[in-house]
Amino acid sequence: MKGRAWIGSALWYMGAIALALWVLAPIYLIGLLAFSPRMAVYRWPRPLLPLEFSLETMRFFVSATGTLAATRNSVVVALLTMMLSLALGAPAGYALARFLFPGREAVRMGILMTRMFPMAILSIPLAVTFIRIGLYDTPWAVALVHTAMALPFVILITASVFVSIPRDLEEAAMTLGCSPLSAFLRISLPLALPGLAAAALFTFVISWNEVFAAAILTLRQRTLPALVITVLNESPLYFRFAGGFFMVAPALVILLIIRRFLFNLWGITSR
Amino acid sequence: MARVRVEGVRKTFGKVIALRDISLTVEDGEFYVLLGPSGCGKTTLLRCIAGLERVDRGRIFIGEREVTGLPPRHRNIAMVFQSYAVFPHMKVYDNIAFGLRMRRIPEMEARRRVARVAAMLQIEDLLDRYPAQLSGGQRQRVAVARALVMQPDVLLMDEPLSNLDALLRLHARAELKRLHQETGMTIIYVTHDQVEAMSLGDRIAVMREGEIVQVDTPMRIYEAPATVFVGSFIGNPPMNFLHGVVEEGKDGWFFALEGHRLPLPPLREVSPGQSLLLGIRAENIRVDERPHAEALPAEVMVVEPLGAQWLITARIGEQFIKLTLPPGRPVAPGQTLWLSFPIEAVRWMDARSGQAIRELAPAASGSGKAGDSRG
Repeated sequence: MKGRAWIGSALWYMGAIALALWVLAPIYLIGLLAFSPRMAVYRWPRPLLPLEFSLETMRFFVSATGTLAATRNSVVVALLTMMLSLALGAPAGYALARFLFPGREAVRMGILMTRMFPMAILSIPLAVTFIRIGLYDTPWAVALVHTAMALPFVILITASVFVSIPRDLEEAAMTLGCSPLSAFLRISLPLALPGLAAAALFTFVISWNEVFAAAILTLRQRTLPALVITVLNESPLYFRFAGGFFMVAPALVILLIIRRFLFNLWGITSR
Repeated sequence: MARVRVEGVRKTFGKVIALRDISLTVEDGEFYVLLGPSGCGKTTLLRCIAGLERVDRGRIFIGEREVTGLPPRHRNIAMVFQSYAVFPHMKVYDNIAFGLRMRRIPEMEARRRVARVAAMLQIEDLLDRYPAQLSGGQRQRVAVARALVMQPDVLLMDEPLSNLDALLRLHARAELKRLHQETGMTIIYVTHDQVEAMSLGDRIAVMREGEIVQVDTPMRIYEAPATVFVGSFIGNPPMNFLHGVVEEGKDGWFFALEGHRLPLPPLREVSPGQSLLLGIRAENIRVDERPHAEALPAEVMVVEPLGAQWLITARIGEQFIKLTLPPGRPVAPGQTLWLSFPIEAVRWMDARSGQAIRELAPAASGSGKAGDSRG
């Protein structure tokens, strides 16, 4: 009896470890080689332990032509995406959380359906449209597309944030002298702030990592992923490791910060 | 402080009619309880008075002012929610002062008023804490303080004690009663707990399916329920209802119950052949061990010693009846008890409609009729 339970939990842990390795091993290798001397990549056998720490590889990547400009573009696009998708998504999330209105379910479905169309199909007509209205090759163009991509997530996250704030609180505020708007501003908004911040950071990551639309909609104003993917084939191996690490790091940090809210979103309570 | 008048208020949610043309008047300074099972519309009615729900029809007055179309903030009411709805991101002091700040009352004055209600509710030591650091009972006090500090015309309470544990609830109930006596405030209080309603209310409005079935003082509600529903909803154990038929004998009409004949007082709108219910409270049944005239034999089924009294379930023919006895009387299952029903303690009900039938004799009839007893 006891033995069987022991095997069960052993299997469970082995599965968990395997999954963790699946995700962590590549990140570890990228990090390792990004902070090794350039030539370490070509050595055989490959070094698996961080024995020779060096900033040489990273320095090479950062000082390469276009990297800094592309990083700036990436940040600008990500910030624009963050603001746009929060400005549009948070009210939508609030409405879905608070109000019963005709077509509520249709709206919910519609939001998810925007994810049905692959970027590859959308990007050509988008590029044509943007060229026509003069937005092509600007951070705005990329930010608009990223906003469209991030909106479903922002709406779902903010809706779940607002659902978790009891309606009673706003109603109590209204009986104590608030209008509906001031009840929202004084009660719900401050309580939702951490969750909204999580949603904002999440959109930042989505935008920061997105490569396809960014590569098609820009030419000179490349974002970082767009730049890296276009120069990937002509660049040396160590450049790719450094670039990989450079792009993964912010996303990792942010995901660690907002992990709690994401768990909440999927209906699992952490802690 | 003011009286509250509700006139013909109707509220529907889609196809569901939550309130069917409700009218009531709450007197100035009265503790008025809305009592009913869940889904009877009592909370909806309270929310309509608060302005949190828009009524479909009818009018609401607070004092002499019509407030039907006004938002909550212009009604000069305060409300205590079932969940307390204490703002988690504000300290207790800021919670209580919140409404005063919204009214732009000077900070000095606000501080004085907060201090006064905090003292009244014995939460002075908690003013610097966040709600998360408080117990349920303390949070409830904060919610009450936050409402009281507004000095509203009427205080609305939606099951404020239902989230407390049993012992604390008993304590908080007495506190609320004291608070009402001290402040003389008009209070409308929603509950599904009949004991709470009995102990707190000056008057109780019993609601069912969006209608008010009876409005009366607690004792009138208890002793003279207007319908079978009220009789069986209020009291523990609920009122007994024994089924029988009016029959004609040679010296007048009598009540035929399981083959026995009971005298029938002169009742309105009763005719031979009609099915009636004899309603009687457990403690009003007279119990003898020996037979005598007018007594019915009942077989004891279950004996439950409850401490202060014993609760007996007995059987008359096919019908069950609950009665209470002082402890110590030797009663055992299978034994026969002789029961008689003092005529002044009996409520007669029409079996079909479930409505009380009034007696013709003027002395026994009260104002226990259904609907609004307008002042």
